[in-house]
Amino acid sequence: MQLVLFFVLALLAVAGAVGVVLSKNAVYSALALLLNFAVLAVFYIMLNAQFLGVVQVIVYAGAIVVLFLFVIMLIGGQLAPDALTAGSRRPARVVALIAGLVALAGLAYGLVSGALAPQTGQVQGSGSVQAIGRVLFTDYLLPFELASVLLLVAMIGAVVLARKPTKS
Amino acid sequence: MTLPTLDLVVLLPQLIVLTAALLVLVVDGLSGARSWLLAGISLVALLAAGAAAIWLSLQPGEPRRLQAMAVADGFALLFDVVIVVAAVLGVLLAYQSIPRISQQVGSYYALLLLAVVGMMTMGAALDLIVVFLALEILSLALYILAGFNRSEPRSAEASLKYFLLGAFASAFFLYGAALVYGATASLNLEAIAAALAGGSRSPAMLYLGIALLIVGFGFKVALVPFHMWTPDVYPGAPTPVTAFMSAATKAAAFAAFLRLFLTALPTAQPTWSWALAVLAAVTMTLGNVAALRQRELKRMLAYSSIAHAGYAAVGLVAGTAQGAGAVLFYLLAYAFMNVGAFGVVAALERAGEYDVARGRLAGLSERQPALAAAMAIFMFSLTGIPPFAGFFGKLYVFGAAVAAGWGWLVVIGVINSVISAYYYLQVTVEMYFAAPAAEAPAAAAAGKKGRAVAKAAAPSPAPEEGKAAPAPLSRATAAAVLAAALGTVLIGVLPALLTGWIAQAVQGIF
Amino acid sequence: MVPLSWYLVLAAALFSLGLYGALSRRNAIAVLMGVELILNAVNINLVAFNRFIVPAAVNGQIFALFVLAVAAAEAAVGLALIIAIYRTRNTVNLEDADLMKG
Repeated sequence: MQLVLFFVLALLAVAGAVGVVLSKNAVYSALALLLNFAVLAVFYIMLNAQFLGVVQVIVYAGAIVVLFLFVIMLIGGQLAPDALTAGSRRPARVVALIAGLVALAGLAYGLVSGALAPQTGQVQGSGSVQAIGRVLFTDYLLPFELASVLLLVAMIGAVVLARKPTKS
Repeated sequence: MTLPTLDLVVLLPQLIVLTAALLVLVVDGLSGARSWLLAGISLVALLAAGAAAIWLSLQPGEPRRLQAMAVADGFALLFDVVIVVAAVLGVLLAYQSIPRISQQVGSYYALLLLAVVGMMTMGAALDLIVVFLALEILSLALYILAGFNRSEPRSAEASLKYFLLGAFASAFFLYGAALVYGATASLNLEAIAAALAGGSRSPAMLYLGIALLIVGFGFKVALVPFHMWTPDVYPGAPTPVTAFMSAATKAAAFAAFLRLFLTALPTAQPTWSWALAVLAAVTMTLGNVAALRQRELKRMLAYSSIAHAGYAAVGLVAGTAQGAGAVLFYLLAYAFMNVGAFGVVAALERAGEYDVARGRLAGLSERQPALAAAMAIFMFSLTGIPPFAGFFGKLYVFGAAVAAGWGWLVVIGVINSVISAYYYLQVTVEMYFAAPAAEAPAAAAAGKKGRAVAKAAAPSPAPEEGKAAPAPLSRATAAAVLAAALGTVLIGVLPALLTGWIAQAVQGIF
Repeated sequence: MVPLSWYLVLAAALFSLGLYGALSRRNAIAVLMGVELILNAVNINLVAFNRFIVPAAVNGQIFALFVLAVAAAEAAVGLALIIAIYRTRNTVNLEDADLMKG
């Protein structure tokens, strides 16, 4: 049962990713991204990471995709500025293909060679909000505080960028 | 449930700088743009953080730790000092030019200080999560700083390019970290080393992870072939930002690079040191050869900084304590000489200009002899000519590589130093021996911007170069250039002051 | 129970697709979406490793949580940058016009 579920969901996730990459219109890309994110949330719950699954929906699907859509609507999907204006795209595509294939081959080798012998262990609600909260505010307190510094940087940055350029 | 005891002294330098960043934001909001006050707070805080780092490194006994997340050992603290050097010089350079291009001076200093917090934390981090978050803090802050000149479209485009490639590199780094986690079941650097000590359970995954980590760091320190953002971002960013990030980002990224690879992955060293040796060789060669052809100063220094990342990587390839110490020494020397060189560029820059054509150096020794002398010192030092800091940096890095059996890499490095001598010394020759261009009235040239100049400058200095003096040298810029020149000379004359200290400090990461 | 390797293959597939998207698209927003795909592939890896290799710990999930926070911050800054560029490109033309007059 779980296997069937995995296949269906994996297919959906990959379809979403393909949609993100291939659709010409940025709005469709964003919607495909939403599909991908939502499916991943289900995977997290299957993997006993319930809290992460919920956060995935709230932050990724709820905030990030909406932000993307908002910006796309604001400036028009076709009008978005070119990322890397210089140079032909063909070398980049070749590099992309090679890199993707190498990544796949590397993992496939790792799997075939039996290097990744999966172990299963007993789970006692390790994905619960309680467990995460306890570890987050004890062992991982420094990263938590660093994340707040990071958000401060992002906030200042957004304010700086949002102001209209004025020449003094 | 017991709450953990936190030894916050470990992060004393970071906390000082973070407090100053918040203070700058508050003061900026209260009193409007009092530029000198904001710069003053930043300078005092940075110097205090440097002093705190030195004080901490002089404490006897085992280095203090913050849980299993961060450590205040000599290695981290000396890298803090390198970052402070670059940041202090960066603030001094910014004092004159940033208010000219933006009204958000407070945000500028705050972001710079927050970037410093991230950089300092990278060197101290003992956990992949902390490394990653620190990397992101400094990266996000620098993306915005690179685009700070909002009236110059190329600054914004440089910023976007830097952001997209940087985000891409972070994603690679993360994938690598995830695979290392999968191979070792741990995120703590020491626990990773312990897990690998008995042989890896899944070597394929581990090596793939290491490869991706190298790609991620390679982007940040600009190793070829992950350097392509540098030639666009360095000239596009405001010069004080370029000066700061060229030295400080390299220091921070190499600090984490060294600690991660030498503390957590020493068992895989035969593999990664080969990969890095090839990257270092290619980086040195390509950086120097490309720098030969540049007619504009910031772009030339951008390629030269790529080459210097290659030299520093040679020390990492050696993989010994000697090598790690050499990288630290190299980056300290680099902070002085490279920020100094960019400081001279900032002094020559005109308002609204994209890059400084090399033709403008002609006759600088007559117009501004002190500035020309400082630039000559930086160029000699970047080449690696004896009495200056850069020479000893290269000497120690190459010496460590030879001691570790990387003779061929050192041969390539030395050949590259000879190549680089050509363009560095040419700058000096232009300043001292090239005739100043005809002193045509500046008014005719005033409206023209860099593009026309770049074309005209190729065969001989264009007539509109030479005169049209930039804004008079401000005291802050002069102080930065002077301090950088003094540092370059002092380290060069008395390297022994540092070497013993550094040798002791780097023991902690093994 | 779904084996670990399947999750890893799924993550690798998403990584490859994100990589392709980030490298092959000209549109800055699309590139950013490609990067987001890679970050999600990372998160699948982290959570799956956490579940299968160290089920008693939550460090992988915590890492994934921070990746998520960083992704949000990155998206905010990135999109702000894109809007800022979009604006300056409009003003570029205006400045050119001014230069012509002067």
